[in-house]
Amino acid sequence: MGQIVLTKVRKAFGEVEVIPGIDLQINDGEFVVFVGPSGCGKSTLLRLIAGLEDISSGKIEIDGKDATDAPPGKRGLAMVFQSYALYPHMSVRKNIAFPLKMAGMSEAEQNARIENAARVLNLSNYLDRRPGQLSGGQRQRVAIGRAIVREPAAFLFDEPLSNLDAALRVVMRQEISELHQKLKTTMIYVTHDQVEAMTMADKIVVLHAGRVEQVGSPLELYNAPANLFVAGFIGSPKMNFITGPEAAKYQAHTIGVRPEHVEVSKDGDGWEGKILLAEHLGSDTFLKVACPVVGEMTVRGNGEMGLHHNDTIRLKPRADRIYRFDDKGLALK
Amino acid sequence: MARAVSKNAKIGYTIAAWTVALVIFFPILYTIITSLKTEQEAIEGFNLIPSFTFESYQTVQSQNDYFKPFMNSVILSVGSTILALIVAIPAAWAMAFSPTKRTKDILMWMLSTKMMPAVAVLVPIYLIFLRTGLMDTRIGLTVLLMLINLPIVVWMLYTYFREIPGEILEAARMDGAGLREEIVHILAPMAVPGIASTLLLNVILAWNESFWTIQLTTTNAAPLSAFIASFSSPQGLFWAKLSAASTLAIGPILILGWFSQKQLVRGLTFGAVK
Repeated sequence: MGQIVLTKVRKAFGEVEVIPGIDLQINDGEFVVFVGPSGCGKSTLLRLIAGLEDISSGKIEIDGKDATDAPPGKRGLAMVFQSYALYPHMSVRKNIAFPLKMAGMSEAEQNARIENAARVLNLSNYLDRRPGQLSGGQRQRVAIGRAIVREPAAFLFDEPLSNLDAALRVVMRQEISELHQKLKTTMIYVTHDQVEAMTMADKIVVLHAGRVEQVGSPLELYNAPANLFVAGFIGSPKMNFITGPEAAKYQAHTIGVRPEHVEVSKDGDGWEGKILLAEHLGSDTFLKVACPVVGEMTVRGNGEMGLHHNDTIRLKPRADRIYRFDDKGLALK
Repeated sequence: MARAVSKNAKIGYTIAAWTVALVIFFPILYTIITSLKTEQEAIEGFNLIPSFTFESYQTVQSQNDYFKPFMNSVILSVGSTILALIVAIPAAWAMAFSPTKRTKDILMWMLSTKMMPAVAVLVPIYLIFLRTGLMDTRIGLTVLLMLINLPIVVWMLYTYFREIPGEILEAARMDGAGLREEIVHILAPMAVPGIASTLLLNVILAWNESFWTIQLTTTNAAPLSAFIASFSSPQGLFWAKLSAASTLAIGPILILGWFSQKQLVRGLTFGAVK
């Protein structure tokens, strides 16, 4: 089991309030991603759940039991750190065995679990090496192995992929997702990368300045962002925001149009604009366009459309895909 | 090697490195050579080939027993270093793992005591030793040497402890380690190399310390540095005997240094290079 409930959790470092008060429920078996820009409090929130930081007020329940004052080792949670945090003086086997040894488990049981974890993570041939002799990806797997063997109530991941190169990051991302499908254990994953959040999560928690902006599945956040911040943070490239008379036509203070929801044509109807920059990715072309009516827009064009710098084009947003926001930045229904 | 180095340049560097090394080592070498000469040869002038006589060593041993100052050196250097470690480990530990706003200032203040010439405090310390009966005692000198080297010991340990990443300690906490297990299984093994090189460097520093040992001892607590000095006697300088005494004094520490080169280099860089 791995249900985690946060009630009015608040954290302040001295005078500075990092998290003013969060209510959040994480269900058993869910893959939850905390995402937000740096300094939004996502890592702090994870460390509060882990018990590595004390909360200033509020309550943390794990599996229905109050864990607010429990030390980190007694919460039944396992954590994978950004720097992997392997014990450099111990072999891979001893690293993975450490939590089991601390729990006072018998040697035979320890070995059975280590062998099993090593098989799952393709580490069987490396058990006698030291962390210093392993590659980045292998170290990451050892860190995950050390977490798996404890059979924790939930896994906590603190930006585990940010030290890996781009190609390996994609591979490890998929491995972690597969691991979740296999183990069906609750996972809480912190990242600033919205692509990781979108691809891995069952549920995304978008954080901004210590507050929860929105909680929902990746597609809910994409299709129905609750406010300007979420609308701008989820989706790549970013949503275009338009204010003024064009927005007023839709009875809104601000309207948002995603780059992929704009029809690009050379001479259709819509806003006229001049291409400032064209990024050709092959399948798609991203265009930065200066429109006299609505300002600067980023749009996605077809890859085969031969569009270049300084061409004049027309942009027509899809009517059913226009997001409307009021003057406080909240979404209008 | 990232840059291609031409063969000529390599030869040039090798010759230059050997020359520098020989120039630096020459005084020690000449001391050893002189110790193997007769007194007559020693004062005659520059001469690299001695008559290989052990006369001076015999005289040195019969005049002043070598064993006693040797033991004093061992007791003073090892004793003061261990005392310093006992005081410095908890201090550096606290400063590295729970620093406050004033930690850096305290470290600077401790180091600043090393910037003062030792002779500036000679009179007060001399008087304290005289009044408390510590003059020419091993215990007095051990404590003094400990205090002299303490700032360096704290600084070295502090930089080593700082290198232990905080996330590793947090990982241990997550893995269920209490404070005791954290220290026994994680911190101590990771701190041992740093403590070892600190220990080595400070044994050598204490062994070579000569200002205070010469000022504050006569016979009972005199270590090898004072033993050497006793051969520059009022009857005149006996170069061969002085050299023999020096060779005997630096021998043990030279051997220790040779075998612990690796740890020493790491110690000398104060943990700055990984």
